[in-house]
Amino acid sequence: MPTAVASEPDTQVPARPVPAPPARRRTADGRWGGVFLAPWLLGLVLLTLGPMAASLYFSFTDFGLLGSPHWVGGKNYAELLTDDPTYLQSIKVTLVYVGLSVPLKLAIALLVAMVLNTKLRGLSFYRAVFYLPSLLGASVAVAIMWRQLFTGDGVVNRFLAVLGIDAPSWVSNPDYSIYTLVALAAWQFGTPMLIFLAGLQQIPRTLLEAASVDGAGTVSRFFRVTLPLLTPILFFNLVMQVIGSFQAFSQAYVVGDGQGGPAESTLVYSLYLYKAAFVEFKMGYASAIAWVFLLGIAALTAVNFLFSRYWVFYDDEH
Amino acid sequence: MTTNTDRGAFRIGKHVVLLAGVVLMLYPVAWMLSSSLKPAGDIFTTSSLIPRSWDLSNYATGWEGAGNSFGAAIVNSFLVAVVCVIGNVLSCSMAAYAFARLRFRFRGAAMAVMLGTIMLPHQVLLIPQYYLFFRAGWVNTFLPLTVPKFLAVDAFFIFLMVQFVRGLPRELDEAAVIDGCGPARIYWHIILPLLRPAMVTTAILTFVWTYDDFFGQLIYLTDPAKQTVPVALSGFQDNMGGNSLWGPMFAMSVIALIPVVVIFLIFQKRIVEGVATTGLKG
Repeated sequence: MPTAVASEPDTQVPARPVPAPPARRRTADGRWGGVFLAPWLLGLVLLTLGPMAASLYFSFTDFGLLGSPHWVGGKNYAELLTDDPTYLQSIKVTLVYVGLSVPLKLAIALLVAMVLNTKLRGLSFYRAVFYLPSLLGASVAVAIMWRQLFTGDGVVNRFLAVLGIDAPSWVSNPDYSIYTLVALAAWQFGTPMLIFLAGLQQIPRTLLEAASVDGAGTVSRFFRVTLPLLTPILFFNLVMQVIGSFQAFSQAYVVGDGQGGPAESTLVYSLYLYKAAFVEFKMGYASAIAWVFLLGIAALTAVNFLFSRYWVFYDDEH
Repeated sequence: MTTNTDRGAFRIGKHVVLLAGVVLMLYPVAWMLSSSLKPAGDIFTTSSLIPRSWDLSNYATGWEGAGNSFGAAIVNSFLVAVVCVIGNVLSCSMAAYAFARLRFRFRGAAMAVMLGTIMLPHQVLLIPQYYLFFRAGWVNTFLPLTVPKFLAVDAFFIFLMVQFVRGLPRELDEAAVIDGCGPARIYWHIILPLLRPAMVTTAILTFVWTYDDFFGQLIYLTDPAKQTVPVALSGFQDNMGGNSLWGPMFAMSVIALIPVVVIFLIFQKRIVEGVATTGLKG
């Protein structure tokens, strides 16, 4: 056998090197690759990389849209972090908003997904209704509606009055207005719910049955089997929701009457950026705000990924 | 040890809880719809969802708008959204074909950059982009909203389509090559027709997201004649002064939601599946 194999190559391998046609194809592909990627490449340079570099530069200047920018060094950053109470307020509002709305939204999403993941008649109906607010939620119309639900004589307070609770006007009280936005975010739990539901359907029934046979109850089945297997999806939802919530704008704009009011209690980060750039036209200063934002989100996402190895379970063995 | 009646009770209980959830989810929208049909005095004084007396005048008043007709805002919104849909479908499918099928230098690096831009917060691009469009004289035109879509800036859709193209059998391309097709004809005659499901998803989501986008339209469209639906609605709120215009504002909010609801009803299955499998933002 070995001798037969050894003698074959001399007669069968062609003298001509094989890679010739793919190499020709590669250059032709390369040319066409340029053609098909041209729009994307132009957009990348003109509308993404160029602006990123420009806003980094602007952040070190006193640029004000009209007139040319003058280099001021780190003055904008120094002012932001040490001499702008409104900015620090916007960071506080944003952290409270993200810190409350993301866990709440994910908890509701997981709970509803768990209920929907049982053998259930009318699943597609429930799924559609629970998802609908997420699709509508970005609309200014919904924010307008939401604001009126939470006014002093709004529907929410009328229901609370029936329960004997005398509640304040949510939107006009600085201590409570942020909860209006948190509630609006929680109402839109549909997207993470659909993703959880898809994940739950992937969990092998045999694992849950095996756990039952071993005497695990509903609660320990959830914490010992379902939840660990679901952690990659939980992690994905967490990362996406955190990034998304930090960028909230329209709802805060409408609920806070375009000012982040009352008393800057709904002044989320993007809204402050908007006011600095497009109301006061302090473009250099606003660019510094934007870059702190970018670095903050990048750092937070990196921490999220680093931390994930301690709690996210990847079933790699199979 | 559960008996059949126990299980039946549990099943009914579950539906009762879920239906309560359905009511909770839909109540706000139902409340707004009913408020839009009530006379101004009744909106905050009666709790009933069914108006005591029907009042369609809110719709007439709202349609005339604050300064500029709401109808014009709807036309503007549709115009912008439709052009954006065309731009995204075309430019993203071209880029996706290149990434998924063609071999060229730096493809891996370009792909990594493309994926990186998906997560990039757009706030950091806003000011220089505004300056660029301001210098080009494009403020108060639809160009700053539509032109970028022809340059495949929504990388998320490129990713969506790349995944889809990778799932198509390569034998089709190879057969076309043997028949003498180049990449341009393969893209047009083979990839595009098969890519239709991903293109429909892209079109639906681009339409809804553009139609609902507020930030971009707020900063670029200040001329009342150029206003789109979100800007016109927020203008309503600014111009209100007293409480007397709640009815018209709710009426126009209801109208603003109709296109999205209709799209949802038609494409519900595709949207739900798209979200579940790709983890769309939201």
